[in-house]
Amino acid sequence: MFQIIVSLIIYLIMLIPVGTYLYHILAEKHTAGDVVFDKLDGVIYKLSFTDSRKDMNWKQYAAALIVTNTVMMVLGYIVLRLQQLLFFNPNNIGSMPADLSFNTIISFMTNTNLQHYSGESGLSYLSQMLVITFMMFVSAASGYAACAAFIRGLTGHSATSVGNFYRDLVRITTRILLPFSLAGGLLLVWQGVPQNLNSNILVDTLEGTKQVIATGPVAALEIIKHLGTNGGGFLGANSSTPIENPTVLTNLIEMYSMMLLPGACVIAFGKMAADERRKRLSAVSSEQLSTKKEGITAKIFGREGRSIFLAMSILFLIGLFLCYRAESQGNPALAEVGLNQSMGSMEGKEARFGVGLSSLFTTVTTSFTTGTVNNMHDTLTPLGGLVPLLHMMLNVVFGGKGVGLMNMILYAILAVFICGLMVGRTPEYLGRKIEGREMKLTALCIIIHPFLILTFSAIAVSTTAGLAGITNPGFHGLSQVLYEFASSAANNGSGFEGLADNSLFWNVTTGLAMFFGRYLSIVIQLAIVGSLMKKNYVGESAGTLKTSTAGFAVILVFIVYIFAALTFFPALALGPVAEHLTLWA
Amino acid sequence: MTKFKNFLHNYKPALTVTLMLMLICGLGFPLLLTGISQVIFPSQADGSIIMVNGKAIGSEIVGQEFTQPYFMKGRPSAVHYNTYTLDADGNAFYSDGSEFSGPASGSQNLGPSNPALQERVKNDIDAFLESHPDVKAEDIPTDLMTASGSGLDPHVSVDSALIQLPEISKASGLSMDVLQQIVSDNTTGKLLGIFGEEVVNVLSVNLDIAEAMGLI
Repeated sequence: MFQIIVSLIIYLIMLIPVGTYLYHILAEKHTAGDVVFDKLDGVIYKLSFTDSRKDMNWKQYAAALIVTNTVMMVLGYIVLRLQQLLFFNPNNIGSMPADLSFNTIISFMTNTNLQHYSGESGLSYLSQMLVITFMMFVSAASGYAACAAFIRGLTGHSATSVGNFYRDLVRITTRILLPFSLAGGLLLVWQGVPQNLNSNILVDTLEGTKQVIATGPVAALEIIKHLGTNGGGFLGANSSTPIENPTVLTNLIEMYSMMLLPGACVIAFGKMAADERRKRLSAVSSEQLSTKKEGITAKIFGREGRSIFLAMSILFLIGLFLCYRAESQGNPALAEVGLNQSMGSMEGKEARFGVGLSSLFTTVTTSFTTGTVNNMHDTLTPLGGLVPLLHMMLNVVFGGKGVGLMNMILYAILAVFICGLMVGRTPEYLGRKIEGREMKLTALCIIIHPFLILTFSAIAVSTTAGLAGITNPGFHGLSQVLYEFASSAANNGSGFEGLADNSLFWNVTTGLAMFFGRYLSIVIQLAIVGSLMKKNYVGESAGTLKTSTAGFAVILVFIVYIFAALTFFPALALGPVAEHLTLWA
Repeated sequence: MTKFKNFLHNYKPALTVTLMLMLICGLGFPLLLTGISQVIFPSQADGSIIMVNGKAIGSEIVGQEFTQPYFMKGRPSAVHYNTYTLDADGNAFYSDGSEFSGPASGSQNLGPSNPALQERVKNDIDAFLESHPDVKAEDIPTDLMTASGSGLDPHVSVDSALIQLPEISKASGLSMDVLQQIVSDNTTGKLLGIFGEEVVNVLSVNLDIAEAMGLI
């Protein structure tokens, strides 16, 4: 428990500079690296004939994002289908079948990284680099770009423009993802993560048997996998393998890489909202601004960012505590056959990480929608497995690549709407009235997520093709199905890995869930912002619900739990909860 | 037709920016990282391979399967640590006789309520008690009877290492003092005394045992 608390405190300390840097990039403020990066970006814009200064409205922005992502998918698909014939293939991997390629390419473009193949036997090194590593950069950059546009619109940067998609895509890649990846990647290699282009290593063991050790350009993929909250492993067993994650230090590096940018996004949002508010206040009166002193947290997170961050943290800590406690209790079924459970539930966990770092990593990977695993989620205790499942269903506990923030803001809009109804006032958020159109879109966006998860799960358990994937008997089988679709729709990518998911049925259904889960949400969220931007700013009055307080954070937590409970509780009761009750009976 | 031309013109950057980023992120970055790593961390970048008398015998970071009574055993592995034997025709088999189909990783993914998990652990406990008659069932550490997530876990807990020593001592002829020293030499503590667990690297313990016995 102590190590968990210490590692979270270190996280908060590191978050402040990273958040400030991300704010500078998204808000296009001056940074020390501009001298180098302006030149580099200039070369990219020039060589690609791109006018990076052209402003886009939300429709143009969304269209540019979708067209670009489509082009990336087509190119990536071609490489996967032809990998056998191309270079950098020392292990002679065959080309990928059509349905599996369809699933894989959507999975990586949508930042899900659900894997129905195993890296050891399914991908050449060229595919690992040119498709997987590449998509890990650009899918994350696309997500942050959408988030940047969303924040710009919401905080009222202009009445129509939300920025330029290509400019955001390139800036986020070159100024954040690439430099962080290079530094982090070297740290990983230093700790033992391989980075080479050699074929797998064959050794003769001490006992005269043979062993084959997988290798390749692992570190490059490994660092961006976490930094971009992607999650797809180089090897089948992902970051539980000592090849991807050899030491406790690499585990911490990988964990912080996935936590830093989503948290930083909230800071960037808070600061951009604060800038805007300051601008408006100083236009009204200069006194009001100078007399009000801001506290330290408001300075770091911005007033509006602070309450959102607090709400996310509360949700995160509740989940973490539950997961840690459930795993520490061990498995009563194994205690029954005489196995000592004092170390907690160790099936599917690595000795070097133990229960503490495993449950922390599990909660982090599903809260920050990364999907990387350092232990096997299928073997988690029922309540320990309920936490990752629930956090993917909520999809607002930080969330990856900016998307979690966008979802949480929808819940914030919902919260001000519900509170507004109680007192009979037109609700406002960030100084803009929330009216019919925004509420309809918000409701639609919030309903898509449970709709995808529950509908597809229902189809899976009512068809033989779906049932064929289930590998564990009883209630746990339903958990496997729910987990797969929650992971797809939330663009997480972790799995209850026992599921035999490389079949036509599972490849196509999860492919669709990932696609709609990603793009429908982004388009609707940008549409909400597009409609809010056009409205006039209404000043704060005595009747305005303050959204920057701790009280609002608590309301937000309740709204999230109430909506999740209403939509998902019946399914959860039949899966993990029922399994828990039978195990501990 | 003009509409289509317009579309192509408007979205030209979608293709050109993609190609630029593909080259930078998909080839430039991994190859640059490979180059730098090979210069500053050549051993780690190539997989931390352990050489004995000029021959590769394993990796510092990956576990191995051991069967001899004088060697320490690691945790159960669904993929037998990718350790296999070849028959006369060149077919590859795991130690339990099933076919080896190429490198893999992972666990059996048995849910906590799966009867197959209970049965596997029960059989492993019985087998362990048979080969270690002085040990009581409740003293066997949890990690030694449960499979790791990767199937390649190079470590066991310190308790799991120590509980095997009396039988290893009998089979190898090495004294308990020597063996305890070997275990403590190959124990990694918690990072900064706070993070992770205290663990013993099984392969490096067995290398020391083999050396003390004069096998290598």
